[in-house]
Amino acid sequence: MLWNTLLLALRAIRRNLMRSFLTVLGIVIGVAAVITMVTLGNGATQSVSDQIAGMGSNLLMLRPGQRFGPGSEGAPNFKDSDIEAIRSQIGSIEAVAPVVNKTATAVYQAKNWSTVVTGSSNDYFLAGNWVIASGRSFSEAEERAGKAVCVIGETVRDKLFGRQNPVGSEIRIKQFACEVIGLLKSRGQSAMGSDQDDAVVMPLRTVQRRLTGNQDVNMIMISVRNSAAIDGVKDQVTRLLRERRNIAENEEDDFRVMDPRQISETLTGTTRILTMLLGAVAAVSLLVGGIGIMNIMLVSVTERTREIGIRLAIGALEREVLLQFLIEAVVLSSLGGLIGIALATGASIGLAGMMDIPYLFDPGINLLSFLFSAAIGVLFGFFPARRAARLDPIEALRHE
Amino acid sequence: MTGEAALIRLSAISKTYGSGQAAFQALKGIDLSVAAGEFVAIMGPSGSGKSTAMNILGCLDTPTTGRYEFQGVAVEGMTRNQRALLRRHYLGFVFQGFNLLARTTALENVELPLIYRGDPAGSRHQAARAALEQVGLQGWEHHSPNELSGGQQQRVAIARAIVTRPAVLLADEPTGNLDSRNSREIMDLIAALNRDLGITVLMVTHEPDMAAYASRVVHFVDGLVESDRRNGGHA
Repeated sequence: MLWNTLLLALRAIRRNLMRSFLTVLGIVIGVAAVITMVTLGNGATQSVSDQIAGMGSNLLMLRPGQRFGPGSEGAPNFKDSDIEAIRSQIGSIEAVAPVVNKTATAVYQAKNWSTVVTGSSNDYFLAGNWVIASGRSFSEAEERAGKAVCVIGETVRDKLFGRQNPVGSEIRIKQFACEVIGLLKSRGQSAMGSDQDDAVVMPLRTVQRRLTGNQDVNMIMISVRNSAAIDGVKDQVTRLLRERRNIAENEEDDFRVMDPRQISETLTGTTRILTMLLGAVAAVSLLVGGIGIMNIMLVSVTERTREIGIRLAIGALEREVLLQFLIEAVVLSSLGGLIGIALATGASIGLAGMMDIPYLFDPGINLLSFLFSAAIGVLFGFFPARRAARLDPIEALRHE
Repeated sequence: MTGEAALIRLSAISKTYGSGQAAFQALKGIDLSVAAGEFVAIMGPSGSGKSTAMNILGCLDTPTTGRYEFQGVAVEGMTRNQRALLRRHYLGFVFQGFNLLARTTALENVELPLIYRGDPAGSRHQAARAALEQVGLQGWEHHSPNELSGGQQQRVAIARAIVTRPAVLLADEPTGNLDSRNSREIMDLIAALNRDLGITVLMVTHEPDMAAYASRVVHFVDGLVESDRRNGGHA
């Protein structure tokens, strides 16, 4: 019975090619849209997390002031001595780098480029996972004496030197000449969308003396040896700094310690919301596709009811008619679902390539939209037929 | 009426549509016996209950009260599925409006009852081709209804009805949608099936010309059998 009914169902599909095509099309569009949107959203989230992971998962960042609450403006900067205190009093630390940033224009021959000059130490390269592509990092003597030497990023090299090797040349920053001793390996955009290669790094003392004119440190980067120790280090650093900054028991911190998880959660949280939004839009298209199918099925219900009447009159059992319509509905919506999945896979891979994000196959959303499409097909294909199959044959035959 | 065991026996069959004030009694208690091999024409004006009786005889509809025996077996208490199986194995239908599946070839239309009966593909094709040949449609197997004339469509419908070798062919105004030439050809065909294959034929018609092909004519008026007589002339 199953085999014969399958034959009847396939004949019915072939016989009503246009109706079958439209039914399949509605599901294809809906399924493909949902899967593509969600897959691309997942890829974008993944790409943001990857970039954060590239920053180093053992990294703590200390900034003066709280993001919220009083005193965020007036909070004092860190001091050189804070760095020394952290280095000497807290264990499990791999690197502690002070960071002072200052915008300045770098000049080489006739070209100039406005960039951010960072004053720090060799620990900056360690903590930030930077690799020196050519040349070298600072010597101890250069750091101590505050020599006018710098390591530049790929963007600065490109703007000032073109394809030429910058190591050994002198660039001018504000009023002083500075020898380029190293070139950083390119890293591209950050997770926040800024160009990480647009950088000039000098010894801390050089920047303090020649650019900012004070002893302040804007930020401290701490790289922890083992990511398991990160929470402990965070507590110790907080306690040490509270003490050094004379904060009373009942007062809030006037600085904050951010770990990469927090940064990553903030950013991936945003992309995840975007994914959900896109998914919701796509789900609407799946729904519209479903309504399209419903329309097609309802329009053809008169013809189908008569057809059911004919089948019943020549001796079909109710369950045979129902099984035929069920098979028809399942075949059409499965076909639509499969084509939709194939289309979505192609589109996702293509678009992910164009958008430079990873393609991540998400079995959950594929299964979910497939099942949804099957449910729509069965709901709108099968249930009107069931009503017709329960009529007396003569009523079904007379259906106008 | 014949003395031998009847193929079909209706006793005190009534059919009421609706209920209460709006109730309409289409059949008011009819008795009818048909012997195997008869060709019975059922006549009567519109609303006389002839089509209702036909649908009950064909197990497409159920009587409100009364007794219907088919080959000595009570039909009125049967389930939907039992009635469907009775139609599948013993009855063939020809309708005024042909009722063929659209966009489906003549061969596939004729095959349909055999598919439900579970015949294997080989014998099914053979039987369907033979039935189409029997109604004079060899060469038209792969045409769909919209490529066939009314007369040809009714022939396909007849082929579909007889492909299962039914005991009874029920024809409801089979010539109602056809011109006179096609009507005569269809009636010749039905009469030949009755004569040559021994298929019992029950036919509803309101045209005396068509009823003249039958061996017996039953007249319905107002839900009752008004007259029931043998036909003399026609062979």
